Amino acid sequence: MELLTLLALVLDSTLRLSAPLILAALAGLFSERSGIIDIGLEGKMLGAAFAAATAATFTGSPWAGLAAGIGASVLLALVHGYACITHRGNQVVSGLALNILVSGVTAVLGIAWFAQGGRTPQLPGEARFLPLEWPGAAPLRDVPGVGTLYSELLSGHNLMVYLAFLAVPTVAWVLYRTRFGLRLRAAGENPQSVETAGISIIALRYRALLCTGVACGMAGTYLSLAQSASFINDMTAGKGYIALAALIFGKWRPYPAMLACLLFGFLDATAIRLQGVDLPGVGEVPVQFVQALPYVLTVVLLAGFIGRAIPPKALGVPYVKER
Amino acid sequence: MSIVATGPAAGLPRWAVLGLLPALNLLAAFAISGLIVLLIGENPWEAVRMLVWGAFGFQEAIGYTLFYATNFIFTGLAVAVAFHCGLFNIGGEGQAYIGGLGMALVCLYLDFLPFALIVPAAVVGAALFGAAWAFVPAWLQAYRGSHIVITTIMFNFIAAAVMAYLLVNVMSRPGSMEPESRDFALHARLPLMHEALGAMGIDIAASPLNLSFLWALLCCAVVWVFMWHTRAGYRLRTAGASPPAALYGGISPPRQIIVAMVVSGALAGCMSLNELMGVQHRLVLEFTAGYGFAGIAVALMGRGHPVGIVLASLLFGALYQGGAELSFEIPGITRDMVVVIQGLVILFAGALEFMFVPAVRAVLLRSSGG
Repeated sequence: MELLTLLALVLDSTLRLSAPLILAALAGLFSERSGIIDIGLEGKMLGAAFAAATAATFTGSPWAGLAAGIGASVLLALVHGYACITHRGNQVVSGLALNILVSGVTAVLGIAWFAQGGRTPQLPGEARFLPLEWPGAAPLRDVPGVGTLYSELLSGHNLMVYLAFLAVPTVAWVLYRTRFGLRLRAAGENPQSVETAGISIIALRYRALLCTGVACGMAGTYLSLAQSASFINDMTAGKGYIALAALIFGKWRPYPAMLACLLFGFLDATAIRLQGVDLPGVGEVPVQFVQALPYVLTVVLLAGFIGRAIPPKALGVPYVKER
Repeated sequence: MSIVATGPAAGLPRWAVLGLLPALNLLAAFAISGLIVLLIGENPWEAVRMLVWGAFGFQEAIGYTLFYATNFIFTGLAVAVAFHCGLFNIGGEGQAYIGGLGMALVCLYLDFLPFALIVPAAVVGAALFGAAWAFVPAWLQAYRGSHIVITTIMFNFIAAAVMAYLLVNVMSRPGSMEPESRDFALHARLPLMHEALGAMGIDIAASPLNLSFLWALLCCAVVWVFMWHTRAGYRLRTAGASPPAALYGGISPPRQIIVAMVVSGALAGCMSLNELMGVQHRLVLEFTAGYGFAGIAVALMGRGHPVGIVLASLLFGALYQGGAELSFEIPGITRDMVVVIQGLVILFAGALEFMFVPAVRAVLLRSSGG
């Protein structure tokens, strides 16, 4: 019983910690499957988190926050597109530049507007996305097994968590079952052939980046309006890069990427639980070891020791239309 | 990464590519920074005046500017060497961090050595550890095809975890909870420039500028000779320019990848000499503070050439020092403003490198009557 409760608690926080990763990884999926490297997930999330917290502070509405978050992230995605698609600039440099720029801008504006050392003011409940209690969760809580699972795992998350998990089948459907998805995948593998069919690669990639912006905006909004109640300096703390790692770990596919996010979220959740705990036979596991595990696993995967992660063929190659 | 004028800028005169375009890109970055300053209700002209005065206005300021520039020279050179082999080393941050570990191990545990031996030993320690941390992603890129951008990003995070673990659990100062090592012995520190010059009878104002500045300049010269005046450098650049051509000429591109990254990592590792052995005198958490990433901006601005890198490092050093003074004088503008400028410079000088090419070409054609 004790163990079951503990497991439920860890899995519960796993879901909450992986939700933003899933949204960000799906965001990266759109960009990278269309052929644009996106190491700027971190910056877009951070920008969205700041914009969302700022808008929610002034309007008192989480929806206005979400809109602002998505708006900020889409704007950054378009700048990335302007540099990489229109001017055929280096995609890695552009993503990195945006990450650094956003980490500076959010700090400068946060201090100037709110004078709390870069934080935004603590948001009241009605300006955030609060946990949704499912019907019957409270009475079922005490039923062992099914009741615990229902009330702890399924019920009691905020709207964004459910949206994140709903986004996975949606994205998979768009990617594999729609015309846009087919063209998107083709653009990342062989853009010339797509253009031969009379479809503009430039327009297609811009549209892919719009999708990236929207999903990343949701991921960032989640951080400041659902997981926390305010924006904190550099609150993404590498989550954008973890999401990128998860995307690669999932071999640029929606469901495997979700599983990778869940794995990384689970590692994060156990790292918090393991702090200062002596495991029988192992002793105390250093927190840093568990924290580094997602990165180590991704490197091992990239090295081809556990399966092979093959990126889209045209990833990172600027597209030059033939004349 | 096009460092020479091929591709979009082809056909433009050399002075336009090396002088005019970087200047225009820099201007664009500064213009947007100015807009942000306006947005937070401060006066951009006042800010620029303050910044320049803070960076060059008095002797101590110049010392600080050069001190910061030293960090940028090391990380900028590191990025540039990898660029020339067609590699994008984003791992300067982690390599510098681990390089600091190698240097600190020497300074902490080999401090029975005299000063004359411990300094070279520390340099070797920093370079060796930095190189080792770059070797793994290099090997994976060369022989397993793992994309170096992704692996070096991952290695930055792994380095952060390793160092946090070591500083908290293994190397922390006895009897202290702070995540930092004990202080280095007095003879295991690099002399500060004003002390060294003072001993020779030249008086300058006190600043953290130390002897590693000279080592940085020497590294610039060595990189210049290595890159453009040795066979090894030629092989490296050939492999970067065209792997098939290199292979045809009997050069093994995978081996060049390893050479480039090892040199790159060693240079990045040397950053710790300035920051730790020169000033902090102990191993501290996150002393790299973004210098590894800033090296990318420096290498881009400096066009991958040591002279350009020194100039770009001076610019960034001035921004750091001037930015610090600026935040004292105008409390509304914090040091984060420097991060903003840095991001904009990478964006305009790097990703949007050729944005002004069509305009410049049009103006030049018209003025030459063509």
